[in-house]
Amino acid sequence: MSPAINFELRRRTFIAGTAVAAVTVGMSRKAAAQTAAPVGAESTTVFLTVNGEGRELTVDNRTTLLDALREHLQLTGTKKGCDHGQCGACTCTVNGTRVNSCLSLAVMHDGDEVETIEGIGAPDAMDPMQTAFVENDGFQCGYCTPGQIQSARAVLDEIRAGIPSHVTDDLTAEITITDAEIRERMSGNICRCGAYANILAAITQVAEDQA
Amino acid sequence: MSVHRPTPHDSARLHVTGAARYVDDIPTPAGCLHLAFGQSTIAHGTITAMDLTAVRASEGVIAVLTANDLPHANDVSPSIHDEPLLATGTVHYVGQPLFAVVATSHTAARKAARLAEVTYDTKPAILTIEEAMAANSRFEEGPRVYTRGDASGAIDASAHVIDGVIDMGGQEHFYLEGQAALALPQDDGDMVVHSSTQHPSEIQHKVADALGLPMHGVKVEVRRMGGGFGGKESQGNALAVACAVAASLTGKPCKMRYDRDDDMVITGKRHDFRISYRAGFDHAGRVQGIEFVHYTRCGWAQDLSLPVADRAMLHADNAYFFENIRIESHRLRTNTQSATAFRGFGGPQGIVGVERVMDQIAHHLGLDPLEVRKVNYYAEMESADGGLSAPRAAAPLPPESILTKKKQVTPYGQEVTDFVLHGLTADLAARCDYEARRVAVAEWNAGSPVLKRGMAITPVKFGISFTLSHLNQAGALVHVYQDGSVALNHGGTEMGQGLYQKVAQVASGVFGIGLEQVRLTATDTSKVPNTSATAASSGSDLNGMAVLAACEALRARMADHLAAVRQGEPADVVFEGGLVRVGADEMTFCAAAKECYEGRVSLSATGFYKTPDISWDRIKGNGRPFYYFAYGAACSEVVIDTLTGEYKVLRTDILHDAGRSLNPALDIGQIEGGFVQGAGWLTTEELVWDDKGRLRTHAPSTYKIPAASDRPKVFNVALFEGDNPEATIHRSKAVGEPPFCLGISVLMALSDAVAACGAAYPALDAPATPERVLKAVMRVRGDA
Ligand code: FES
Ligand code: FES
Repeated sequence: MSPAINFELRRRTFIAGTAVAAVTVGMSRKAAAQTAAPVGAESTTVFLTVNGEGRELTVDNRTTLLDALREHLQLTGTKKGCDHGQCGACTCTVNGTRVNSCLSLAVMHDGDEVETIEGIGAPDAMDPMQTAFVENDGFQCGYCTPGQIQSARAVLDEIRAGIPSHVTDDLTAEITITDAEIRERMSGNICRCGAYANILAAITQVAEDQA
Repeated sequence: MSVHRPTPHDSARLHVTGAARYVDDIPTPAGCLHLAFGQSTIAHGTITAMDLTAVRASEGVIAVLTANDLPHANDVSPSIHDEPLLATGTVHYVGQPLFAVVATSHTAARKAARLAEVTYDTKPAILTIEEAMAANSRFEEGPRVYTRGDASGAIDASAHVIDGVIDMGGQEHFYLEGQAALALPQDDGDMVVHSSTQHPSEIQHKVADALGLPMHGVKVEVRRMGGGFGGKESQGNALAVACAVAASLTGKPCKMRYDRDDDMVITGKRHDFRISYRAGFDHAGRVQGIEFVHYTRCGWAQDLSLPVADRAMLHADNAYFFENIRIESHRLRTNTQSATAFRGFGGPQGIVGVERVMDQIAHHLGLDPLEVRKVNYYAEMESADGGLSAPRAAAPLPPESILTKKKQVTPYGQEVTDFVLHGLTADLAARCDYEARRVAVAEWNAGSPVLKRGMAITPVKFGISFTLSHLNQAGALVHVYQDGSVALNHGGTEMGQGLYQKVAQVASGVFGIGLEQVRLTATDTSKVPNTSATAASSGSDLNGMAVLAACEALRARMADHLAAVRQGEPADVVFEGGLVRVGADEMTFCAAAKECYEGRVSLSATGFYKTPDISWDRIKGNGRPFYYFAYGAACSEVVIDTLTGEYKVLRTDILHDAGRSLNPALDIGQIEGGFVQGAGWLTTEELVWDDKGRLRTHAPSTYKIPAASDRPKVFNVALFEGDNPEATIHRSKAVGEPPFCLGISVLMALSDAVAACGAAYPALDAPATPERVLKAVMRVRGDA
């Protein structure tokens, strides 16, 4: 089980290259003090921790985090469905919070910790959410699946952390994990194959196992 | 043996860990070039000048190709060669590819493509059905007409008559993985193409023609697609051909993927339809005569529009027996994207037409729509060899007049011998407590002035087979290696429907071995030639049988050898539980494979299958186009807000006939997914073109695809138990397209809810967006 996120500590404004930002997340890391270094007018060198591994890369300033992952780091598990922040296929986790990586520039993430689907588990060592998706057939074509799994894990964390959603009735009470909560929070991840029933079943299973 | 078991998808572990590769994920060799199309900005006109200087000068651009630079065929049409890869003087829609930029990166290519200066001599564009009809702009010489009996006379002689029109919009596929292709030049001018396509053989064919090669010079490989839904039957041709030509000219690997907006603007979608109708019926709602006129916008090129429009006609009867019927179909040529295959292939549009009629008849007579549907059902028939094997609920007898009066033949001459909808509907109605809930809905509505509920059951009868009969064939290639591992290949492609898994289950069943011993390799035109598109729901029907034939041939060879060595009978050799038993001897399948190899037995076989007993004359509209029918029914309940037109689907119950399901887990997934997509088509998914022919809904921000929160709150899906009476693969039935039509229950439930607002018939068009629902409410209340 992944621990509930302490959003107070981890939430950060995306000010690329400020020392504060780098220190907040990268305490024990040598590169913590490193800042984004402009390379000419259009490119910048950034340091990311991706799935626990430090990666330095020089990218065009307009490169999205998604393209940095897919094209520069060859981490193609994160998918591109729309490139406009509308489908959720590119969801990955930055400093413990889910983001649409197509809507975020790589240079904004200097010093950040990025976790992609590859970092969650491997075919022979799956994370519980991945196992639940297999057991519940939570996909058909599989293209939305990495994003669904990233979101699914974050959804449970967000509920436990007490972050309300549009369908939360009582903003003062502890939020209960209901179908409605999960569906509302998962509605940024389109599954064109319509595997929603099974996706929901997988998430519910994990929530119950972790309860 | 794993057939009929709910085993997970073969790539399950790869999908959930991001390790499953799609075309855009394949590592490209160094120096790979990227393509983008420059597109037409007008809907119709001739190009007077195309200045590409700035495009060529743009950073990273290696080459720019126009129609004149193409060395051989300039054609990506799947039908009548009316679709050039790059425009040749005339442009026919906004988004049509004019030239291709080849550059060092995807972004560089796209940026450069915008720099062209194109001037046009603009001509009037034909965009709407009215404009196309007025200009007689159509495919084929005139409308197709299928007819039986005297529809018009029977309508005129009927006690009651209704008429009306329903418009239904098209639908964007929005396969989550966009179109993509990668071409890799080989020795001696050959080409290897990775394409996200449902039709590798056609890509091979088109690429070969474009390169001036025989088909053996081109190899196309498809491991999987991130969704297809028909949108990758012909729409991938342009990318694959462009990449192959560029790769051949530059000698470099070339890759192309459409940005999502480009994908939506360039590629064809589901055909939108207008269906006008007239029906005459008796006091019970029994139809005496019925007439339909189908108008469909096919877009600028023919593509697959003729068989799509044909299939709409073939489903104009859905589950109902009509003695007197006339269907007229206009295939209109418009200056819009060339509409193409989409799950159901015209069938759903035809079915919506007749379901609207049933709904309106019931409204006219003040009857429960389900009763009207039931009195018009085809009669339930027992098949010749003793009927359907599984126990099922006793079916109410069909109405007297139908049983005794006529043979149950479709308007196109095919006898309906496997009709199960009487029992299936009764079963569904009981499971979802239809009658009591209808009463409850009526009571609830009486006390609720603002919110209104509605409920409907709609059935589907869907014909299975390609209507172009020669496509109903498939091949397979199976190897048994000396260590007992088995490799399979077949012509079907995997797009999430679980075809590979189902086929692997078939093979594991024949050899009596575990699924882990069977490996399906990517669909590859050099292994199995001349494949048909994975379409028409036929994937496992055709390819499963081909694989079965190959596996049985191999098993027979192995049995012959193993028996001969032991002086036994081949018929007594048993393959089971990973073991092979020959008399008293027992060995693992692995040992048996090794022994056969050492005994010099050929351990590789091909298999072939063609669907029996089908024939079809599409001009006369007569024959037996379908091998069998698949059936299902859905009951949906909705609530609408009459002040805003917004609505929610509260509950859906589905009972669907997958024959003896090859894999219940995969089939239920297909049914749920089909329903969600079908309901999306008829409710939230709206395509809007402006008066210049520009598609204004070209991203999911403006085109609303159902999300997790749109799925019915209560959603029960069950399989209707029973073998397919036809000898399909293990008596299963195709399940890709039929459940799509179950989404129609939501449209009809919305109509029911709107009808609760007043006396007039709602006549709700599709997609029934909140705006349309609100307008219908106002109409019904008489304030419109
Ligand atoms: S690719 Fe980022 S949301 Fe669609
Ligand atoms: S599994 Fe295909 S898009 Fe979700």
